[in-house]
Amino acid sequence: MTVTVMTAREVTKKIFNKEELFILDVRNESDFQDWKIEGENFDYLNVPYFELLDGVEGILDKIPADKKILVVCAKEGSSIMVAEMLSEAGLTISYLEGGMKTWSEYLEPVKVGDLNDGGEIYQFVRIGKGCLSYMVVSNGEAALIDATRMTKTYIHFAESIGVKIKHVFDTHLHADHISGGRIIAEKTGAQYWLPPKDAAEVTFEYQPLQDGNDVTIGKTKINIHALYSPGHTIGSTSFVVDKKYLLSGDILFIDSIGRPDLAGKAEDWVGDLRETLYKRYRELSEELLVLPAHFMIIDELNKDGTVAEKLGTLFTKNHGLNIDDEVEFRKLVTENLPPQPNAYQEIRETNMGKINPDLDQQREMEIGPNRCAVR
Amino acid sequence: MNNMEANVVVDAKGLSCPMPIVKTKRAMDSLEAGQVLEVLATDKGSKADIKAWADSTGHQYLGIIEEGEILKHYLRKSSNEETNDKKHPNIIDNEELENKLEANEEIIILDVREAAEYAFNHIPGALSIPIGKLVEHLSELKKEAAICVVCRTGNRSDLAAQKLAENGFKNVINVVPGMSQWTGKTTGINQ
Repeated sequence: MTVTVMTAREVTKKIFNKEELFILDVRNESDFQDWKIEGENFDYLNVPYFELLDGVEGILDKIPADKKILVVCAKEGSSIMVAEMLSEAGLTISYLEGGMKTWSEYLEPVKVGDLNDGGEIYQFVRIGKGCLSYMVVSNGEAALIDATRMTKTYIHFAESIGVKIKHVFDTHLHADHISGGRIIAEKTGAQYWLPPKDAAEVTFEYQPLQDGNDVTIGKTKINIHALYSPGHTIGSTSFVVDKKYLLSGDILFIDSIGRPDLAGKAEDWVGDLRETLYKRYRELSEELLVLPAHFMIIDELNKDGTVAEKLGTLFTKNHGLNIDDEVEFRKLVTENLPPQPNAYQEIRETNMGKINPDLDQQREMEIGPNRCAVR
Repeated sequence: MNNMEANVVVDAKGLSCPMPIVKTKRAMDSLEAGQVLEVLATDKGSKADIKAWADSTGHQYLGIIEEGEILKHYLRKSSNEETNDKKHPNIIDNEELENKLEANEEIIILDVREAAEYAFNHIPGALSIPIGKLVEHLSELKKEAAICVVCRTGNRSDLAAQKLAENGFKNVINVVPGMSQWTGKTTGINQ
């Protein structure tokens, strides 16, 4: 039988379409436990490749005959070896091109909707890591929000739809992934905006992003309105785009809320987080479509692959917005927090420009899920 | 730099996964039980995987030394040492040895594990003479000294203690089980 390649893009489509897939993950057990490809109708078998060196006979009866089989490893090499062994045993097998390394870096652009004056807003779903970034386009110009380090993807996408990137924003100083904002701004001549309260220690020039700032994209009336919303970090800023979309950064997610502890100040910031979620956001229109900077679980994806929900719906359904008791809220966001993201301190320092890891080191630092939320 | 005295060195530099482990396994198959393997690799994935492979196959993963880009892994092939009966009559347990150390008793701790095992983790002040080299180093030890012999589980040290007694050493004590359960102070590279 044959061995074929499956790309990250093809796997992403299977997730969006809720297709079935049987994943044989041949990384070691701790890596698999920590982080894997998630799909609603995906089944898994984890057997480290190094336990299959003498043959795959031992696992043949655990592999279903009626499903598409995808072998996955860290970088591709081991999955090819195992796929070839299974192929020799008579199975039709695919392996994931580039392994989890590529999976972690893959971005799927999805159109969220149109803007009032002819523009569009796109969500870039980093499906493997749960990071979401945005491109707002109008009249030949574009703004980027919370761009990842895969800078070429955004630049090529902008070229492909014929727009010029003019403004690049980070809603806050990220702790779970390396921002591509500064580099994209350098390459395209765009302005790079950061909330100054998060940027106290940065080593580069930036445009200070303040509450009430309005940035116009294109020649039309589409504006990006900055809304100071501290809590995840002290500088965290949300954006209201075209009076229609609320880009909530790491403050509010679909099924969870931001955690206040990644800069080491949970106790200080829990009050700000409460203020933002229970007062500032309450003053906004419930019709706004919330577009967060992350998703945590695959259930948060809509049918078209977007991660978006009306603010009014979240006020009813999101547990983190429905804790009346302040003491209980404080407990939720300061106690029993999930593990902190891999290398989050180094990631913060990289985003401040204090350290300059090479590409391999950056990949290593970003391994694993994002873990920016509490639920 | 410590001399690890590996029996075999595998060079997997520049090779990516799965080759470092494929080569490690092949080399390990050709080793005798208890021998030490050094694996040179540059693939960062080997850090977690070689240890996980060793754990799953029962081989001892001794440790890793990082020299710039090069990762040097040390492994010891599994042996059946745990099944041997102990013949040397004079035995103390780990706790008794710890008490002796705390009381500053005048003892020599003789660690008879392989050089690489010793290098990564040993009791401060312990003298390293791998069991295979004990006979040629006998003259370095004083016959009347109190010698506490340690290894990983108490079996190699039992053989070493017998050997010392045969050669006229009067005060030789086997420490059981030894380093595998040692909770007292240790030192070594990476520590």
